[in-house]
Amino acid sequence: MPRAVAFEAVTCTFAGKDGAAPYTAVRDVSLGIDEGEFVSVVGPTGCGKSTLLNVAAGLLKPSAGTLSIFGEPLSGINRRAGYMFQAEALMPWRDALGNVTAGLQFRGVDGREAAERGREWLARVGLEGFADRYPHQLSGGMRKRVSLAQILILDPQILLMDEPFSALDVQTRQLMENELLDLWSADRKSVIFITHDLEEAISLSDRVVVLSAGPATHPIGEFPIDLARPRDVAEIRLRPEFIGIHDRIWHSMKEEVLKGYAQTRNRTAA
Amino acid sequence: MKGRIRLAQLGLLVAIFATWQLATDPELIPPFVWADNPNRAAFFFGEPAKIFRVVWEWFAGGTIYRHLWVTLQETALAFVIGAVLGLAMGLWLGLSPAASALFDPYITAMNAMPRVVLAPIFMVWFGLGIWSKVALGVTLVFFIVFFNVYQGVKEVSPVVLNNTVMLGAGRGQLLRFVYLPSATSWLFSSLHTAVGMAFVGAVVGEYLGSASGVGYLIQQAEGAFDINTVFAGILVLTAFALVVDFVVSRVERRLLVWRPTHGETLEL
Repeated sequence: MPRAVAFEAVTCTFAGKDGAAPYTAVRDVSLGIDEGEFVSVVGPTGCGKSTLLNVAAGLLKPSAGTLSIFGEPLSGINRRAGYMFQAEALMPWRDALGNVTAGLQFRGVDGREAAERGREWLARVGLEGFADRYPHQLSGGMRKRVSLAQILILDPQILLMDEPFSALDVQTRQLMENELLDLWSADRKSVIFITHDLEEAISLSDRVVVLSAGPATHPIGEFPIDLARPRDVAEIRLRPEFIGIHDRIWHSMKEEVLKGYAQTRNRTAA
Repeated sequence: MKGRIRLAQLGLLVAIFATWQLATDPELIPPFVWADNPNRAAFFFGEPAKIFRVVWEWFAGGTIYRHLWVTLQETALAFVIGAVLGLAMGLWLGLSPAASALFDPYITAMNAMPRVVLAPIFMVWFGLGIWSKVALGVTLVFFIVFFNVYQGVKEVSPVVLNNTVMLGAGRGQLLRFVYLPSATSWLFSSLHTAVGMAFVGAVVGEYLGSASGVGYLIQQAEGAFDINTVFAGILVLTAFALVVDFVVSRVERRLLVWRPTHGETLEL
């Protein structure tokens, strides 16, 4: 069976601005995600995690290497994927319902049917009664829920998530993580979840991929997470198995994190 | 609190007109200052009592409505045509870097040119009717709207754009559902200035040559050294501009409900 997402020797080099040397964000990355698998990608800050996700989404063409989706090489935008961005991505001039139903509208779904499905999804993410609120009238957590509904209403086979909850406070974040797991377990999509938070990665995923420090990022380790599901992200962190896995991954990461930190420091100093 | 401020504002208005009357009425202060010619102040500055009488006669006699209607028509047409052209051009240049680079010096040059000098040319082209005034208003409105829309297109959040692309929007849909709403929100934030400019274009155009409109009334009175009627015209124009501004504020509030306002609380 072909893998849901397969990176094969993907390299991304960006042209330097104003005569600066070209910058290779990602080098020679091979990585596969199976159908229905939840994979987290962790790495030090600024290591090119988002670049990988943009490649998977089809927003960015790799300089070398191929990306295939269910065995077919990707050209253009990845129509089977939903992408949840780190920054605010809602259209501020549309209310919650308008944002959730945007994708249906683009696909030419009849307005009344779209509104009905939109309301269902708003209820599913716990925002019943907020349909006519504009993004600025919602809290950060609520906006993330709207984003989630906006993506899931289109029923994508692949879910790409770029540190989606990093701007939330710890409590809201754990709530959202549990809700994400609930929604995901209902119909298992393939998920690539980017984060710099190792605990978040372990508590959510089936597998954790660790990236090296940038530039020229590549995977340096893969760890299967065989913790039982369903999980509660707040409780699972206290289990001894969890702590064992955390230790193992952290040891392999530590060196890279320090390397990344040193580089950022040098860059600021220079 | 608000009521008291309104009352104070009204009091100030009355005080201004009262002082004006005291200082110009040939039977009040002026005889003590200019014993030889007590009418001197009234000649230069008019007398509020007489100004109000002219305004009253205009409205009671009904002569003013035709002129106001003409000025309103010119303002509205200039605004609508200028805004549509500015919106279209702003979207086009905002989305096409090549066109933007080509037209950039011309836009800058045309914006720098004092557009009032075009009024005589428009009169030759469009005659003394409303269209020469509309044309002048359009040249003023266009640039305000154009620059705002252009900026609006440039400042669309790339994340919102990428998100919309990922949700399946095609090029046409991006234009309609992202660029256009973003650009129109910038357009509305310049609404007050744009409408004001349309009004300026209409009145200046009338003043420079026409057969009707409030600007025409002022120009006629000026020709006869009838300072009271000039001030009456100015007063009517000011009141008219205030009414238009009020309507614009209402429209703005309706159309920009999605804009965050400071300190707004959630009503549950």
